Formats: sequence, structure tokens, C-alpha cells
Amino acid sequence: MTSPILQMQSITKTFPGVKALQDVSITVARGEIHAICGENGAGKSTLMKVLSGVYPHGDYEGTILFEDEEVKFGSINDSEDKGIVIIHQELALVPYLSVAENIFLGNEQRGAGGLVDWNKTNAEAATLLARVGLDENPVTPIGLLGVGKQQLVEIAKALSKRVKLLILDEPTAALNDTDSEHLLSLLRHLQGQGITSIMISHKLNEIAEIADSTTIIRDGRTIETLDMRGGTITQERIIKGMVGRDLEHRYPEHTPSIGDEVLRIEDWTVHHPTQQERVVVDHATLDVRAGEIVGIAGLMGAGRTELAMSVFGHSYGSRISGKVYLRGREVSTRTVSEAIEHGLAYATEDRKRYGLNLIQDIKTNIASASLHKLSRGGFVNGNEEVKVAEQYRRDMNIRTPTVSALAGKLSGGNQQKVVLSKWIYTDPDVLILDEPTRGIDVGAKYEIYTIINRLADAGKAVIVISSELPELLGICDRIFTLSAGRITGQLPRSQATQENLMELMTKEKELVR
Amino acid sequence: MNVVTSLRDLLTRNLRQSGIYIAFVAIVALFAVLTKGVSIGPENLTNIVLQYSYVLILALGMLIVIVAGHIDLSVGSVVALTGAVSAIVVIKHGGPWWAGVLAALAVGLVVGAWQGFWVAYVGVPAFIVTLAGMLLFRGLTLRVLNNISLSPFPPEYQKIAGGFLNGILGGNGYDVFTLVIAAIGIAGFAYSQYRSRQGRLKYQQAVEAMPLFVAKIVLVAAVVMAFAYRLASSRGLPIVLIIMAVLIMTYSVVTTKTVFGRHVYAIGGNLNAAQLSGVKVKKVNFWIFVNMGVLASVAGIVYSSRSNSAQPAAGNMFELDAIAACFIGGASVSGGIGRVGGAMVGGLVMAVMSNGMQLLGIDQSIQQVVKGLVLLLAVAFDIYNKRRAAAAR
Repeated sequence: MTSPILQMQSITKTFPGVKALQDVSITVARGEIHAICGENGAGKSTLMKVLSGVYPHGDYEGTILFEDEEVKFGSINDSEDKGIVIIHQELALVPYLSVAENIFLGNEQRGAGGLVDWNKTNAEAATLLARVGLDENPVTPIGLLGVGKQQLVEIAKALSKRVKLLILDEPTAALNDTDSEHLLSLLRHLQGQGITSIMISHKLNEIAEIADSTTIIRDGRTIETLDMRGGTITQERIIKGMVGRDLEHRYPEHTPSIGDEVLRIEDWTVHHPTQQERVVVDHATLDVRAGEIVGIAGLMGAGRTELAMSVFGHSYGSRISGKVYLRGREVSTRTVSEAIEHGLAYATEDRKRYGLNLIQDIKTNIASASLHKLSRGGFVNGNEEVKVAEQYRRDMNIRTPTVSALAGKLSGGNQQKVVLSKWIYTDPDVLILDEPTRGIDVGAKYEIYTIINRLADAGKAVIVISSELPELLGICDRIFTLSAGRITGQLPRSQATQENLMELMTKEKELVR
Repeated sequence: MNVVTSLRDLLTRNLRQSGIYIAFVAIVALFAVLTKGVSIGPENLTNIVLQYSYVLILALGMLIVIVAGHIDLSVGSVVALTGAVSAIVVIKHGGPWWAGVLAALAVGLVVGAWQGFWVAYVGVPAFIVTLAGMLLFRGLTLRVLNNISLSPFPPEYQKIAGGFLNGILGGNGYDVFTLVIAAIGIAGFAYSQYRSRQGRLKYQQAVEAMPLFVAKIVLVAAVVMAFAYRLASSRGLPIVLIIMAVLIMTYSVVTTKTVFGRHVYAIGGNLNAAQLSGVKVKKVNFWIFVNMGVLASVAGIVYSSRSNSAQPAAGNMFELDAIAACFIGGASVSGGIGRVGGAMVGGLVMAVMSNGMQLLGIDQSIQQVVKGLVLLLAVAFDIYNKRRAAAAR
């Protein structure tokens, strides 16, 4: 075996309050396809951002050796100069520009007088497209191509930069089976040309099929690197590496007292808001009872948030069909205000973008979904508002000197408490909590779990969406699994394990199509 | 709270705004010195009120538009159009003054609804809608006026912006009525401050220390009385000042104490979060523009009354004055932040500067340069502040 192309040694990366990576080491052999596995939030993307220079040298600890030489990237440009190209999950293409223009964006083919040489651009683009096996005219606007083809254009773009190490973040997440198959065979083809690839993926069957070795990352640490050649490593073996951690004492004790059904969603189908032929949620049916905490497990892109947001006032998607029953009665949740009136609450996974007005104070945020309670004749009673906010500050233990502090100044955990306060104050029957502990430290997580238990004890029906299986296993009474927009199973807590959940979550699309 | 902590609290909490207040005082003082007191003389203060009232009225509506994250470029044209319609009714058809006023208000309402419809329900960015409106309503103005000015208005109509309430209670060289109104205003202010303080106490919230509270009211009273005294020793209480006072108070309440106001700030602060909190974003946006249209028509009435005519080119560039007033007054370019008080002071900064430079006989060209620089620096300060706030986060 030749010397490794890449060695990342003892990489540690800290964000304020969180250690995202701790002493992570990874060695990638020249010419291999190296998979990186781990749960959402395990630190895979952070590691790749360190590698590609998104987090510049000095922002992290540890050393990176590329082709036996220490590298200190200050930006993405530095890493690209060395031949390391990263393709993100969200493709970085300009939809209105042509395929060729996209390929050479930032690297324009100049001719005489510094003007763009279009003949050269288009000719070279055609060569590159041939290399990735894409039969398209280079002058086609890229927005007209499907996601699978766009992905190939991204790879062609990487090739144009003389890539030696190609990093793909969830390359097949948005692709259908044929496109995925094509992409994987292309990676193998490029491997034949000496290009090394690192692939981050949740799709264990693909990893088993294509990877030469797999590194598993969990909680910001490298757990192990498995040699995949010879086919002795099973998907189960990878899952075990991804999830194995102790579950004790991270979740408060809770004895549920479960009552009647509160919410039932039937045959819920949602299409993508712009690509309207794409089904995002596919005939999903689920229910939740009073006092019950129901989990929804699914990998990224499975349609968890889309399901929740489409139910909550049709806030996501198009061509939505299906029925929502509250206490056995069919209700309409076409607008958010209707949903709130019917007793639904949805705390978003992205607090900063969808949950809070960061430039306003805590009390304003808490009041924002229930102003009618605080107002008479259109006038808000500011004193009552402060009283309510103070009440929640105590109840939820929001750590702030005053409820007039800006929401943007709070820590993640306290922001989440503000979001929860806001929704609890609407006095809902059903709370849908989307990633309620994302980006929150362990101590605050425990507090959030306690709050969730308290809500259930008060007779609320709670739905928790989470990418962290241990969390779902720790707090939920029942767990639904979602894969590619379909409910693929439901398990009571007593029967659920990370392994069988993961199996249901990765249940492939043969069921669907 | 004791005096020191509550004073510090007052300053830090309002740092964003207090910068502009301090700048305002400095500018007033500067021109007072440069003009050897003429700029704060009774006659000139009266003039400033009469001359720049339309900017402040427009800034009230513009503030709400900007806080919601929009912009309105059409207000200058709407001022012209509403003034023109009023002139047609009053001058051409000999209607009574109030018919002109009503007609102008109605046109403002329709214009606002028109723009609100495109912004809120069709989703065309306000910049485009109002840029189109700027052309459209200017064109309509030229059309209804047949490209010529209409004047003069009857005396009753002229009184709206040029009239004074004086002599009602007599006086000895100065108008007692003006002073009485000012005193009533101060008493009302003190009482409402006291009530809100009592309300806060009832809810066991922290309030500023009593000496500071009293000092604040005394300071406001002193400034208002000084101003009133100057007015009283000139021509008395301008009617337009009463209109403005009522509007400013109304909009202070609308922005800070009503559900509508809250929704405006919520939309500007985080559109997604507002939507997911059940704010009817379209409806709110629609009414924001209706409101702007109506206020533009009020400005149109005041301006036509003051200039005693309706001119095809009236209101040119007014939108920029109103927008500048908001930004100088601390409104955020990205929406979600801004106060009525700030916008009013921002407008007054522009007014005092223009007026002062005119008194000094500074060339029109330099005036524009100075105004431009002030706007630029004000927004740069805003961005600097925001970056500092983000760093502290």
C-alpha cells in the first residue's frame, strides 16, 4: 500500500460552549473511497469544514498532512489549490447560468485581453461532462437539469480544479435510485483514474457497496475505522459503532399516564414547494394521545420537519392532502392561526431562523404567538406581558437578568426555553417539538426533557422529532420511523432499540416505488 | 433602583437612540451659535415647524414601512397627487375646504390599498411597487393638473398649514392660549408617565428612581415650555403643530402598544418566525401600505395648504427626506428596529440642518452634500452598532 494521501491528526474544534470535535484522527489511503459515518451532529461536517479550510488554520487544534506535507489552509481557495474539493449537500450552483459557466465559475477561462473565452469554456466543459458521463449541452441553464445531473456537474467542476481528493457530503441524499447508482459508479470510475474520495453518507447499503474503508465518528470523536474490503463488515456492524453509548442518567425518570387520542394525521401527503412532482411526505399516518410523548425518527431528508410544518398551517410544501383529526373531529390547519386556534404548537428545529425574533426581547418573543391573550381592543398590556414573561422565566428557569434582554443574547438552551415558553403560553393540546435539544449542552438538555415530561403530565400530547436516537429512546413512549417520506414503522419504547430503529429508518425505497 | 443605576440603565438601554438625541442637541446648539441665536428665535422656530411638518408626517408612515422591512419610494408623488386632487375639488370646482381634505384622504387610501395589494397579495417587492408608484402617481398628477399649477386656495384651506390658534385668551405680547395648551400637554404627559409608573409598580417591576423620574418630566416640561414660549411670542400655536402632535402621539402608541404594531416589528425582525407564530403577514403588510397612503395624503394636504397651490412637481424627493429621517433616527435597514421618537428626531435633524444652512446662506449644493453625508454617517453608525452588538453576543 502506498503512503496515505491525507492524515488528520488529533483535530479538536470548539464552538462557544460546545466541543464539536475532540481529538479526531483519520487516515485516508491514496486512491480509496473512504466513507465517514455518524449520527447527525456527530461532527462529520465540521471535520470536513476543517479539512477544506472553511474553518481556517488556527481555528482548530491538530495537524493535517496532505500528501505527506503539513498544510495550513486559510480558506477554501487554499485547499482547492492543493486539489481538495468539497461538494456540499446543498449544491452551490447558480441556476440561471449555463452548465459551462457554472463549471468555471470563479475560474473563468480567459482569452485575449482578459475576456472570457467562450469557445474554450464550452469546449472544455464538454470534455469534463464526458468524463462524468453526462450527455448535456454545456450551454444549457443548469436550473433545467435534475438534481442528479446537477450533482454530476458539481463533480465536473471539481475535476476542472484538478481534484486529487474529492469530498462528498451526503451526495445521494436528494437522488433517486438510478441517479444514486450512476453517481456511485462514477466515483468508482474516478477511483480508477486515481482520484481519492471521502464520502459522508447515511445510506449504509451504499457504503457497504462502495467504500474501501469507513471511519465512524460519534459525539465528536473517532470511534473506529473499519476495513470494508472483503465484505465482512455488515450494516449492523456499522450501526453498532454509530450508536453505541450508554443511556443511563441522561434522561429524567418518567411514568406516563396516557389518555385518549388527541391528534391523528391520516394519509398525509406533501409535495415539494417548487418541484411539485416530488413527493416529500408520502401517505403518512400517525397518532398521539393525551399525556403521551411520541417520537418521530428519521434520517436527514426523510421528511420529518416537512411533515410537521405542513401539518402546522401548511407552512411547508404544495399539493398537500390528507386529514387532521383533533379529539376525533376533523379540523382544518390551512393557516398557522387556524392551527394555533385548534391547539397545535410547533417549535421549530431552527430557532434562529424560524423560532425567534432575535432582535427583540424575551418577553416580546414569549408573547408573540398569543398576543390576543394580552390585549384588549388591539392594545397590548405591556405590564401583563412582563408578568407572564417573568412567570415563564421562573417556571422554565430561563437564565437571564431580565425579560427585557434580547433573545439573540441568550445561549442556545435558554433560547429554546423561550421558544417553548412561547408555545406553552398558547395553551396547546398538541406540541410538536422539532429537534428540541439541537445545539444545546447536556445540562440544558436534561432541563428540556424535564419540561417535556411536565407537559405530558399536564395531559398534553407531545411529538418529538429528533435525529438523536438515544434521545428518542430516552424520553418517548412510542416512536414512529420515517424514511423517504413514508412511515416505515412504529415501536413502543419497550421494543425499540437503536438497531431496529435504524433499520426502519434506512428501510430502502423498494417499499416506496 | 437608585438614581445612578437607573440613569445608567436609561442610557445604555437607549444607546442606539440616545446617540441621535445627543447629535440633535449638538446640531441645534451649533446652528444657534453660528446664526447668533437667530435659528432658535421665535420666528424661525415657527418657520421650521411650518416648513418641515410634511417630512415628519411622512416619516411616521415610513417608519412603519421600514420597520416591516419594506421601503416606499412613491410618497413624494402621492403628496403631489393628493394635493392636486384637493386643489381640483376646492379651487376648480369651488368646493368647501373640508371636501378637498376628504377627497385627498380618499385618494391616499386608494393609493395605499393599491400598493398594499401588490406588495402583500401578489408579492412584488415594495421597492418595485413603489418605484412604479412614483412614476404612476406623478403621471396622474400631471394629468389631473393638466401640467399647470392651481392656486390660490381659499383662506380656510390655507389655515391648515399656515394658520395659528392665538389671541383666544389674549395676552401681553405673547399668546396665553399657546402657553395654556403647552401646560395642558405637559400635565397630560406627566400624568400618563405617572400612571405607567404606577402600573409598573403594581406589577412589581423595576422603575426608575423617583428623583430621576421627576427630573425627566421637569426636563421635558422645560423644553416644551421654552418652545411654547417662543411660539407664543411669535404668531401663536400653529394648527399644523396640533395635527402633528396628535399624529405623533397616535403613532407612538400604535408602534409600541398595539397588536398591529407588534406584528409589524415581528415581521421585520424575523418574517419566518412571525409567520410561524400565526401573524397574518399579508394582511399586516397590506394595512402598512394603506396607512402610508393615508399619511402621504395628510402630508399632501398640509403641503398644498402651505404652498397655497397644487403644483405638478410638488413633493419631489420627499420620499428621500422621509426615508433619511427614519434611518438617521436609528431604524434598521434590514427591518425590525426603529422608533417613532427616533424618526421624528431624525426628521428634525434634517429640518434644523436645512434651515440653519439656509439662514447661513450656504449654497444649495453644499446643503445637499452635508445632508448626504449625515445620512451616510448615521447608517454607518447603525451598522457599526449592530456589529458591536453581534460581537457581544
